[in-house]
Amino acid sequence: MKQFTFLIRDELGIHARPAGQLAKLAKPYGETVITVTKGSQTVKASQLMKLMSLGVKRGDEVTVATEGPAEDDAIAAVQKFFEENL
Amino acid sequence: MVLMQGKGVSAGVIKGKLYFYQRPDNTVVKTAVEDLQAEKERLAAAQQASMEQLEALADKCRQETGEDSAILFETHAMFVEDEDYTAMIAEILEDEGCNAEYAVKTAGEQFAAMFAAMDDAYMQARAADVQDVTQRILNNLMGVVEGGIDSDEPVILAAEDLAPSETLQLDKSKILGFATRGGSGNSHTAILARTMGIPAVCGLGDGLKEEYNGRLAYIDGETGKVVLDPDEITLAALTDKYQRQQEMKQLLLTMKGQEDVTLDGKKMMVYCNIGSPDDLGAVKANDGQGIGLFRSEFLYLAADDYPSEDEQFEAYRAVAAAMDGKRVVIRTLDIGADKQVDYFKLNKEENPAMGMRAIRICLNRPEVFRTQLRALYRASAYGKVAIMFPMITSVWEVKECRRACKSVMSELAAEGIPFNPDTEIGIMVETPASIFMAEDLAKLVDFFSVGTNDLTQYTLACDRQCNDLGKFFDPHHPAILRAIKQAADAAHKAGIWIGICGELAGDISLLPTFLAIGIDELSVSPSVVLPLRAEIRKSIAQTCTLERLE
Repeated sequence: MKQFTFLIRDELGIHARPAGQLAKLAKPYGETVITVTKGSQTVKASQLMKLMSLGVKRGDEVTVATEGPAEDDAIAAVQKFFEENL
Repeated sequence: MVLMQGKGVSAGVIKGKLYFYQRPDNTVVKTAVEDLQAEKERLAAAQQASMEQLEALADKCRQETGEDSAILFETHAMFVEDEDYTAMIAEILEDEGCNAEYAVKTAGEQFAAMFAAMDDAYMQARAADVQDVTQRILNNLMGVVEGGIDSDEPVILAAEDLAPSETLQLDKSKILGFATRGGSGNSHTAILARTMGIPAVCGLGDGLKEEYNGRLAYIDGETGKVVLDPDEITLAALTDKYQRQQEMKQLLLTMKGQEDVTLDGKKMMVYCNIGSPDDLGAVKANDGQGIGLFRSEFLYLAADDYPSEDEQFEAYRAVAAAMDGKRVVIRTLDIGADKQVDYFKLNKEENPAMGMRAIRICLNRPEVFRTQLRALYRASAYGKVAIMFPMITSVWEVKECRRACKSVMSELAAEGIPFNPDTEIGIMVETPASIFMAEDLAKLVDFFSVGTNDLTQYTLACDRQCNDLGKFFDPHHPAILRAIKQAADAAHKAGIWIGICGELAGDISLLPTFLAIGIDELSVSPSVVLPLRAEIRKSIAQTCTLERLE
C-alpha cells in the first residue's frame, strides 16, 4: 500500500467538479483501489457521491492511499491531481 | 393590478404570457414483477439511455453556454453510474422483487437525503442534482419525453423551480423569461437565465398562482417584480424601461467587433476595469480591448493572511492568458485609506487617505512587494502584462520600484523561471505632486494612467468618503481637467501613452474633452465599453475643444 496525507488548500474542497475528475482518474486503474480518508470515514475515489458527501473543505487533512498491482503509478497520478487541483 | 414580489436574479424587463411548466406525470407505484431478469434489462437500458442523453447535453452545453455547465452534465452522467447508487438500486430490485421505477425512486430519495442532511449549503444544493438524475432515469423507464412548450408564441415560463436538464432541454426560442416560486440567485434557473441573457425572477412563493396560466404578465428581473394587469403608471414605467433596454441591446449588437476610432481616424484604446478574474466573462461579453486596471486588492482583502506568490501568480496568469495577447494592466497592492486589511496590522490613522497606503506600504515592506512582483513577472510569460504602481508622488519612489523590479527579474533569471523582461511599467497619476512632476516621471515609465477619483479628492481637498460636500465636490472641475491635460502633454512629450482608469473615464459627456486633450486609453466598467464605443465612433476628434478647461 502507498499513501500520502494532504492538506486541502482549495476553498471549495472536494466538490462536484474535482470529485468527478478524481472518479474519472481512478477508473483506468481497475483492480488497484484508490481511497480517500477523512477522519474515521474512508471511501473509494470511484464512489463519486460518497466522496462528495465527505464534505472535504479547505483546511481539512485527508489521507489518500492506493493498493493493488498499479499502486505506484496510481499514487503518483493522484498526488499530482491533488497538488494541481486541491 | 396583481403585483408579486420575488427576487430579481437576471436583469431585464419582458412582457409575455405566463406558461406553467408541465412536469410530465410520472407517479411511481410499487408493483411486484414476475420476470426479474427482464426488469434488470429494462433498468440497464434506461441507465444507458440516461448516460447518452447527459453526454449529448454536455456537448450541447459546451457549444452554447460554456465549459462550466458542460461539466455539470458530465457529473450527472457519472452520478448515473455511481457504484453505490447503482448498487442500491440493484439491491432493492433484487430484495423486493419490485419494478425498476420503484427501486430507482427509492435509491434516489436516499441519496438526495444524504446530501440534504449535510452541514453545507453547497452540498445541500447537490440533492437537487441527485433528484434530477433520478428523474431522468425514471423518465427513460416510463417513456416520458421531457421538454417542449406547447405554445405557438414565446412565453414567460412559470414553475416551482426548474432542474438544470429541464432548463436546457426547453426550446429557448420560446422562452422570454423565467418566474419561479422557489429557487435563489444560486439556483440553476438563475445561473442559466443569466448565461442566456434573459430576465428571471425567483422566490415568488405561493403568490405565483396556477390560475394565472395564460395571462399576460410583465416581469422585471432587476427589481424582482411580476405584474399582471398593470395600472397606467406601472405600465408606463415598465414600457419605458423595456424600451431603453431594447435600444441598448441594439447598440450592443451593432457595436461588437467594431474598432474604437473616431470619424476622423483617431484611435482610442477602450479597456476594462476589473476586480478579480471572475469579471473576465463581462469583459469578453462586452468586447473590451484590454484590461486597463486589474485591482490586485481582492487577493489581499479576501484572505486571512498574506496571499502566497503562487496564489497571486495563478490569478494574474489566468487573466493574462484569457486576454490572449491583449494588454492587461495590473495595479500593485493599493490598500490603506478606505481599504483595510487586518493582518497588515497598520496603525490607526486620523487621516488614512494621506497616510500609509498603496506604494508607501510596498516600499516600506519589501518582502510583501517582492512576492507580488515575482508573481507579476512570472505571469508576464503568459500574456501582455503591464505593471502599474499607485499613489506616486516622487521620482525616487519610481526609481525604487524599478530597482525592485530589476532585482526580481534577476532572481527569476537565475532560477530559470520564464518572464518577459520588456514588461511595461507605468504609474497611476492621482496626486497633485505627480501632475507637477509629470515631465520627470514620464521619462522613467512606459505609461501613465490617471486615477481621477483620488486626483479629484486630493486636488479639490474633498474627502471621497464625505457625503455632504455637494457642489464643492465637482469631478468636472476645470482644475481636474487641466491637471489631466498637463499629464497628457508630459506623457506625449516623452513619447509614452496615457490613459484614464477612474470614474471619469466612463463619463461619456467628457469624451470630447478627452479627445481634445489627446488621451490614448479609457478604462471603464465592462458595461460601459459598448456605449462608449458608439460615442467614439460618432465623434470627430479634430473638432473637439478644450472649452471645459476654461
